[in-house]
Amino acid sequence: MFGRIFHLLVKEFLQMKRDKSARFRLLVPPVIQMLLFGYAATFEVFNVSTAILDLDRSQESRALTDAFVHSSRFRIAVPAASERDVRDAVERSDVQVGIVIPAGFAELLKKGRTSPVQALVDGTNSNTALIALGYVGQIAGSFGQDYARNLAERTGRALGRPMVSVGLEERYWYNPNLNSRWFFVPGVIGTLALITIVNLTAFAIVREREVGTLEQILVTPLRPVEFIIGKTLPFFLIGLLEVSIVAGFGMAWFHVPFRGNPLVLLLGTCLFLLAALAIGLLISTVCTTQQQAFSSNFFVLNPMFILSGFSFPIPSMPQALQWLTYADPLRYYLVIIRATFLKGVGLDALWPQMLALAAIALGLLTVAVLRFRKSLD
Amino acid sequence: MTAAPDAPIVVAGLVKRFGSFAALDGVSFAVARGEIMGFLGPNGAGKSTLIRILCGLLHPSAGHARVAGIDVAADPEAVRRRIGYMSQKFSLYDDLSVAENLRFFGGIYGVSRDDMAARLRYAIDMAGLSGREESLVATLAGGWKQRLALGAAILHRPPVLFLDEPTSGVDPESRRRFWDLIHTLAADGVSVLVSTHYMDEAEYCHRIALISGGRLIALGTPREIKRQARDAGARAAEPTMEDSFVSLVGKATAAQRAERP
Ligand SMILES: Nc1ncnc2c1ncn2[C@@H]1O[C@H](COP(=O)(O)OP(=O)(O)OP(=O)(O)O)[C@@H](O)[C@H]1O
Ligand SMILES: [Mg+2]
Repeated sequence: MFGRIFHLLVKEFLQMKRDKSARFRLLVPPVIQMLLFGYAATFEVFNVSTAILDLDRSQESRALTDAFVHSSRFRIAVPAASERDVRDAVERSDVQVGIVIPAGFAELLKKGRTSPVQALVDGTNSNTALIALGYVGQIAGSFGQDYARNLAERTGRALGRPMVSVGLEERYWYNPNLNSRWFFVPGVIGTLALITIVNLTAFAIVREREVGTLEQILVTPLRPVEFIIGKTLPFFLIGLLEVSIVAGFGMAWFHVPFRGNPLVLLLGTCLFLLAALAIGLLISTVCTTQQQAFSSNFFVLNPMFILSGFSFPIPSMPQALQWLTYADPLRYYLVIIRATFLKGVGLDALWPQMLALAAIALGLLTVAVLRFRKSLD
Repeated sequence: MTAAPDAPIVVAGLVKRFGSFAALDGVSFAVARGEIMGFLGPNGAGKSTLIRILCGLLHPSAGHARVAGIDVAADPEAVRRRIGYMSQKFSLYDDLSVAENLRFFGGIYGVSRDDMAARLRYAIDMAGLSGREESLVATLAGGWKQRLALGAAILHRPPVLFLDEPTSGVDPESRRRFWDLIHTLAADGVSVLVSTHYMDEAEYCHRIALISGGRLIALGTPREIKRQARDAGARAAEPTMEDSFVSLVGKATAAQRAERP
């Protein structure tokens, strides 16, 4: 068995060595994508789960609260009675943003002074935080401007410049400069690995089917499972290499820190790559031509990307779609890769994601192998 | 040369259905050791289907097939170790060299490291590929590719060989050379089952099985086939193989139509 797999591996690497353009295809597009995402991407979010605490209980503070709620950017997810509540909710990731309007808020405004509002944000977890913070600033800013104009009209004179300033609670920042690139780079790594591996696997197997070499191989004593192992193992290694290269590039170019344990990331990456291989294999069982594989890949990879939470925050999705995201391996891998890069968390926090990935990979591989064997008939 | 029940290839009442369509409809025959059996029949007659069942690539719907003494439906894996197969379309790796292709197939057939060099030599000499060992397959002309495919199919010295239209699209000189190889192998005791659309090739076979609409409509030496055609009222008094083919297939098709309107 190992002898046969070994010969298949030798053949695969010979073919890869001969395919000069493959090296280019594997390296250049990921790096370009990373640069594009790193420099160009910003996103809009809606319905960011939020906790608001109004300690002032004035007409002004209620008006500001309404301004947040009616913006459709924020959704009040947790009723907060104390600052402790808000803090806990952010810490437990029940909400992504906590807003505290301190007592004396209206008093300061009336005097034409700058009045602070506190924002607590989980800065690691998602890009949402960064964007949401922008909205807090915008909404508070325009509230302040309207108030100043009103005040001037009512009193007939300008009493200085009343403003609402948003102060940040720094304790919760894992990404203190709110650097969106730090957020994107890990995401790009995961997304690119998925695309590369699914494509490589699906195309390689469909090509053998289309050209007829698969049939030739199947009349040898090589078993289907051996074929699958020999065929996918090289892509698994390529996946690991690609993740390392793209991650290294992101760290060198964008100075993304790596705070976690590389072994934890390696484990997550291995599980994720297994799931990706299985998806490629599954696609290859329903396609007989490379043309079909091309469109199938597109239809499979696109939803996985959209549902992963990479660009569209999962909490902003309709409930049905939110359920669907649980089946998306990229969703879990993005959490793992961001957490290991930015938070430095270990297995004690990431085991649910690891378990989910392992279950998805195992399930998909089983179905893929069974389907592959059936598709030969 | 008639085949005994323990012959290398024994087929009995073989049926293959794709949905409600019967691609093979009860075919029986046997091929003896060292015999070259030719498969002749119009497009879609079921030749490839039959060969693929005998290689264990397809499951028969009914009937039995034994190859090298093994039931193909029961133990296809054991069958595969004892057969060589050339599929209807060329299917080796274009981006590998002649030697790399052979080494790969030798490897997955389980040829040991010690035997490998000798087997490669055997296949390369047999297929007349000496001097081209390092050529990329993509650069080989059609006849060379065909012989390479044969070489890859006999690396593990199988006692039974299935060749599905091995010479299609190859020039006459290369075809002649290919058939010399087949005869050499048969003389060594290899049983060969070969399908073809070339009438001159049919003449090189020890026996011919004429297949049409999934059924065996005639079986015998080339001379016997021609006699059957004459008895059945072929137009020519001394029918060629082509005359015999046309007349026998025509008659069978008419009969099958009458049976299944
Ligand atoms: N996988 C399949 N599914 C459905 N029908 C099939 C399948 N494989 C073959 N057939 C049908 O079975 C019939 C016999 O096909 P087969 O390939 O065995 O013919 P053939 O004699 O080899 O023809 P040719 O000379 O063109 O190679 C054809 O009508 C074909 O369309
Ligand atoms: Mg055919």
